[in-house]
Parts: sequence; structure tokens; C-alpha cells
Amino acid sequence: MAVATVIPIVATVIYIFAQGFPAVSLEFLSDFPHDGMRAGGILPAIIGTLYLTIGTAIFSVPLGIAAAIYLSEYAVDTPLTRTIRIAIINLAGIPSVVYGLFGLGLFVLFLKFGTSILAASLTLSIMTLPVIISTAEESLRAVPQAFRTVSISLGATRWQTIRRIVLKEALPGILTGVILGLERAAGETAPILFTGAAFFLPRLPGSPFDATMALPYHLFVISTQVPEMPIQIQYGTALVLLVFVLTMNLIATVIRSRARAGRQW
Amino acid sequence: MVDKIVIENLSLQYSDGTESLRDVSLNVHEKAVTVLFGPAGGGKSTLLRCLNRLNDLTEVRASAGRILIDGENVLDPKTDVIALRRKVGMVFARPVVLPMSIRENLTYGLELAGETRRSKLDEAVERSLKLAALWDEVKDRLDDPAIALSGGQQQRLCLARSLALQPEIILLDEPTSGLDPISTGKVEAALVELKKEFTIILVPHSVQQAGRTADYAAFFLQGDLVEYNEGKALFTTPKEKRTEDYITGRFG
Repeated sequence: MAVATVIPIVATVIYIFAQGFPAVSLEFLSDFPHDGMRAGGILPAIIGTLYLTIGTAIFSVPLGIAAAIYLSEYAVDTPLTRTIRIAIINLAGIPSVVYGLFGLGLFVLFLKFGTSILAASLTLSIMTLPVIISTAEESLRAVPQAFRTVSISLGATRWQTIRRIVLKEALPGILTGVILGLERAAGETAPILFTGAAFFLPRLPGSPFDATMALPYHLFVISTQVPEMPIQIQYGTALVLLVFVLTMNLIATVIRSRARAGRQW
Repeated sequence: MVDKIVIENLSLQYSDGTESLRDVSLNVHEKAVTVLFGPAGGGKSTLLRCLNRLNDLTEVRASAGRILIDGENVLDPKTDVIALRRKVGMVFARPVVLPMSIRENLTYGLELAGETRRSKLDEAVERSLKLAALWDEVKDRLDDPAIALSGGQQQRLCLARSLALQPEIILLDEPTSGLDPISTGKVEAALVELKKEFTIILVPHSVQQAGRTADYAAFFLQGDLVEYNEGKALFTTPKEKRTEDYITGRFG
């Protein structure tokens, strides 16, 4: 049975590789789309997804880690902190298209950021936060309590203890959560649909207030919105997105296993 | 004899209602080993953790009384607890080495105290390891991870780590409970040397260890200080029936 779960994953990857590999070339990765996207490359979508991932990281990583530190190291059990925890758990279960609508309402319209990298990054950040907060909190809690007690008994303040011992030990786990969260953000279509993604742009975005093309949305567009689309370009785009996400996954796995091997507790 | 610590009518309850100490008064003499012993749940560890305010980390509902160290009430909310903890070092029952090298374990507290000079730090490493009788065993591998040491060595490293801060008082909470007899012997031998320089309060892991190490001994039973005397006197001619019953093994 366990082997059976591997089959669809491996089959998908092999199929995408087999179908998409012929389309991928240096030109495909470094050129703009031509002929109504039926030819040329996907450079603006690759760059756009990079921008969105970085933008999401800028907002969600510091905020998520700070929230996790508060919940793990400072918060006492009160109705307020219990509400915060329940909110985080529920936030993780909200469908991504709902985040998209929320982002449209708050960032695009109310805050007047327009359809932009900024609005899309903020929307993706809200979606990513629960993942980052809960994995980071778990990693912080896994650090043995005795380290904190010893550190305090040696004249450290609580913050010095967190900075020098707890965060250092929890860092691999936190990074893993961050990467998994950002990976999800990189692959999502719905949250950026109304907040920052563009159908086609003739040039790369020049500021955070510009809209951008992005890999998952581009894949959606060329698969459903463009008639007579060559199939290799679709699979080529899927392959690039898959490699992008799998690479992040691989980095997370390497960090995790190296940390486990070097762990001193 | 100079009284380094004066405990006056100390009472303490945890927030779940368990009473930990009841009206305890005790004078701890300078540069001697004072042993706090008795069955589990007697309040010995709680008392230790009051002395360096480590109880601040747990939920304590009510406390009354005073603890004067060099005449200053350390239970006063205005007390600088960081300075207090540098002055009152602590070694725990389970050796907890921090996840870093042997050297970094020893310099951790000093660096937090603002010491950056390499020569001073190296000096403190050597001095404290010698005091804890560990120098010869680790001097060639100071940059190895501390976790690679044996249990007995780890516990002496923990002792050295608190000594590196040059405290005046050292609290030891069952420091040998997880150690073999040879390692225990090394720790006890180190205490004999250390009491020339430091005021030591020890919660021993057995009555026998209490008898071996005590210059002064205090017997605690369920939050009460039953009897306090010079070690020799208390273990040979206890005044209280309950003390006698415990040290002769009639209960415990």
C-alpha cells in the first residue's frame, strides 16, 4: 500500500519530464512569448514567480517567526492566545481562492495597491503565514526546556537565551517550514488571480506596483485560454514549475537531514 | 562564622496549591558545605531555586519571608536577577551541557556578561576546569562538542561552567544522581577543594552522601525544616525523632 502511494507521484513526474523536456531550451527559459504565446519562451513568468516568492518571503518570514517566538516562548495560556492558535489552525484550512478574494478586497481595492506584485505577495503571505508559524513554533518547542533553564541560571536574559540557544537549535526546522510555505506560495494560482497576475506583459515588471506574469497562472492561461496552443509549451512550462518547486523541496530535505545528523540533543 | 545567606520565615506555594515551604528560617555559613536533605517533595529544590530566583520561571502563588544574601533581600522585586544569578551559580541533577563546544559552554555566561577579551576567556576556561577537576581530561579537545563527554565529565563541565562566572555561592541540586561511584567521588572531592573559596549548598542524592559531605546539615520533611545543625552532630546525635528515623532508614 505504501508503495502504491509512490506510483502516482513518480508517474506524474516522469510523464511531465518526458512530455516537457523537448520543449525546454535556453531560448525557452530566456525569451518572451511570441505569436500570442504559441511560440517563444516563458522568461517573464519565471521572473514573476521569483519576484512573488521573494515578496512573500519578505513579509511572511519575519512576521511568522516573530509570531512563533511569541507563542512558544512568551505567551501564557489565556483565552487570547488560545484564540490566536485556533485562528492559525483555521487559516491553514481556508481555500486559496478565498485568500485571493480577500487580497482583492483589502490590498488591491481598499489599500489601492492595484493589481500588483505587492498586493499578490501580501495575499500569498497571509496564506503562507499559518504554515510558517506552526512549523516554527513546533521547532522552537522541540528545543529542550533544560537548555533555557541552564541559560537563565548562567545570567542570560530570556531574549539572549532565545537568540543564542533556542533559535539556533530550532533554525533548521524553521527553515524547513519556511521553504515548504514559500513552495506552496510559488505554486498557487488562485490567490494571485485577482491580485497581481497578468495574462500577458510585453516587458518585465519594473516596480512592486506593476502586475506580473507567473508560472502557475501562465500555465493556466496557455492551457485553457489560448486556442491552438502547442502541447510541448504547456508541458515545458509545467516542467519548469515542477523543477522550481521540487528544488525547494530538495533544499528543505537536505537542511532537515543535515540538522538531524548534527543535532546535539 | 560569617553568615553568607540568612533565610527568614520563608513560605512558598506553587500556583496549583501545593505547599512547598513552610516558615523556613536558616543561616548558611560562608565557605562551607551546607547540605539540605530529606525525602522527595520536602522543598529542598524549591529552596535552592529561590536563592537564584530561578523560581521566577515557574508559577509561584504566594511567598512570604526574606532571603538575605550579604544583607540584601534577593526576593525584593527590585533585585537585579541577572547579577544575582552570576553571583549564585547552579548545577542541576541531570548534566545539561549546552549544544556547543566545551570551551563555548564555559565562556557562554562570561560573554553574556560582556567579556570579549580572548585572554580573559581562556584564563577562565582553564581556571574553572581545574577547579572542577576536569582540565587534564579535556585540555586537548576544548573545541569538541560538549555532548561527546561522558556523563561524569559532563556534570563536572556543568560545575566548571558555573564556576567560570566566579560566583560566590554554588547551588548543587542532586548533582551526582545520575553518576557512577567513581564520577561521584570526583565531584565530592572537588567540593572539598571548592569550599575553601565558595559557599556551597548541596542537595545530596542520598543520606550517605549527606553524611560524607556536610559541614552543616538541614533536614527537610514536607516543607518543614525539622532540624539544622553541624553535620557531625546531626548525623551522630540528632535531636529530633523524625531526623533519627530518617537517617537510620526507618522511613524515606
